[in-house]
Amino acid sequence: MQNTEPLPVYDSARRGLPAIEELRELFRYRNLILQTVRRNLVIRYKRSVLGVAWTMLNPLGTTLILTFVFSNVFGGVSQYAPYVLSGLLCWTFFSQTTSDSMANLIWGEGLLRRIYVPRTVFAVSAIGTGLINLAIGLVPLLLVMLLTGMIPQPCALLLPIPTLFLAMFALGVGLLLSTVAVYFADTVSMYAIALTAWMYMSPVIYTLERLPQQFVWIIKLNPMYYLITLFREPIYYSQVPTLSEFLVAGAIATITLLVGWWVFTAKSDEFAYRV
Amino acid sequence: MSLRTVSESVIQIPLKEQTKYSSPAAAIDLEHVGVRYRAPDERIHSLKEYAIRWVQGKIKHRDFWALQDINLIIPRGEALGLVGHNGAGKSTLSKLVARVLKPNIGRIVVRGHVAPLLEFGAGFHPELTGRENVYLNGSLLGFSRREMEEKFKRIVDFAELWDFIDAPMRTYSTGMWARLGFAVATDVKPDILIIDEVLAVGDESFQRKSSARMQEFRDLGATILFVSHNMPTIEEMCHQVAWLDHGHLMEVGEPKKVIQAYRRHQT
Repeated sequence: MQNTEPLPVYDSARRGLPAIEELRELFRYRNLILQTVRRNLVIRYKRSVLGVAWTMLNPLGTTLILTFVFSNVFGGVSQYAPYVLSGLLCWTFFSQTTSDSMANLIWGEGLLRRIYVPRTVFAVSAIGTGLINLAIGLVPLLLVMLLTGMIPQPCALLLPIPTLFLAMFALGVGLLLSTVAVYFADTVSMYAIALTAWMYMSPVIYTLERLPQQFVWIIKLNPMYYLITLFREPIYYSQVPTLSEFLVAGAIATITLLVGWWVFTAKSDEFAYRV
Repeated sequence: MSLRTVSESVIQIPLKEQTKYSSPAAAIDLEHVGVRYRAPDERIHSLKEYAIRWVQGKIKHRDFWALQDINLIIPRGEALGLVGHNGAGKSTLSKLVARVLKPNIGRIVVRGHVAPLLEFGAGFHPELTGRENVYLNGSLLGFSRREMEEKFKRIVDFAELWDFIDAPMRTYSTGMWARLGFAVATDVKPDILIIDEVLAVGDESFQRKSSARMQEFRDLGATILFVSHNMPTIEEMCHQVAWLDHGHLMEVGEPKKVIQAYRRHQT
């Protein structure tokens, strides 16, 4: 009221490119992203006795079961357990953040109809929450690796790069899905089914070498194949990924993010109209 | 006193002429604004159904104009009451100001920081404590953590909730939710405050307190958009009243006069 700084002016007629404007608004609301991520984590961990431990126990349990069932098929316990766990971390991150982006936007719809916030906040905070969970999930991975006699090498420090690509890809997919989900409520349930199929199309619980050769090209059409492989290189295979591996995964991530961001921001002004 | 003169000078301007007087002095400025809701003729909820109908070429839309050709200027520091029957476009208008909706036609300019009342704490999460929710709610309104730290004490003082501030909000009564919501929304000292039929919540003493705060805001020079069915409150609080009917702006002007016209129209 009595402050001297210039008033923020909102003019519905004078707006630049939605994709760029959204970026600016998102920066202005960065505290909201932090608070939302914080809320997601607090809600998840507050009321359970084991709290954060669940984020570690959950993939450990799945790994244990999968190792028990499949290790003979896919070549030995010591090889298989860290392989599956590293794949599961990627996959859980991807499936959770993309589903949450959608759910947050739809549940947040009540909010969308009452107050202005940059609409990408919902997807971006889902990614933020997922990244923290992924970081927590690295602890059991390290544990399993050490138990099976694998020592992480210095190249494991490259892990943030594949993680960044994975996050960019997930954000792009999350934004595209959210756009569709605003118009069609059944997108959420259809996506849940699609995710199951998608997971079996990705090298999460099997290795490509064990697959019949005639199916390999199908797997290679799947963007997640490149992202998961890039994630495994520095930590599971203990080697620096090749330049072409970086470039392919980076290109997939960048293009998906740009398309998702563009489509979402172009449509987001209409979201509040969809009751 | 000066506020009155501002409002009266606007009243004398005929509606059609108003846009010409559009000036930076106005907090909210609507020019030929139209809002259209586009509803499918039959509701299509699923992607599958949509795809089938799209192939068959059977998707028809029906347009519904929630607001049509609205020209309205709300000068800075003025309290404007919005009246009209249900579905007249009052809430749509307040959503335009809150930036929730973008007009399909025309132009709206809003100068200043807008704080809508989130229906008294609609953004609160039951599992979080009062303290956590205050920070979350503040960030929803676009405030940084530092700004919220500075406001926190005042907010809890006003809501009188120090004893419960670290308890999860699911343990709060409805009145306590409302108090905290109102305290957050109004402590942000917005330039423009949107109030959408909210004074009915809370007990009597809190209602008095909140209406005192609205008056305090008004006296400090905030612009207020007040949507309500409560005519006595509107008459008491507002400098001007706008009457909407089926998406058209019927009359803007002195509260008594407009409310009378609205009532005559109803009977």
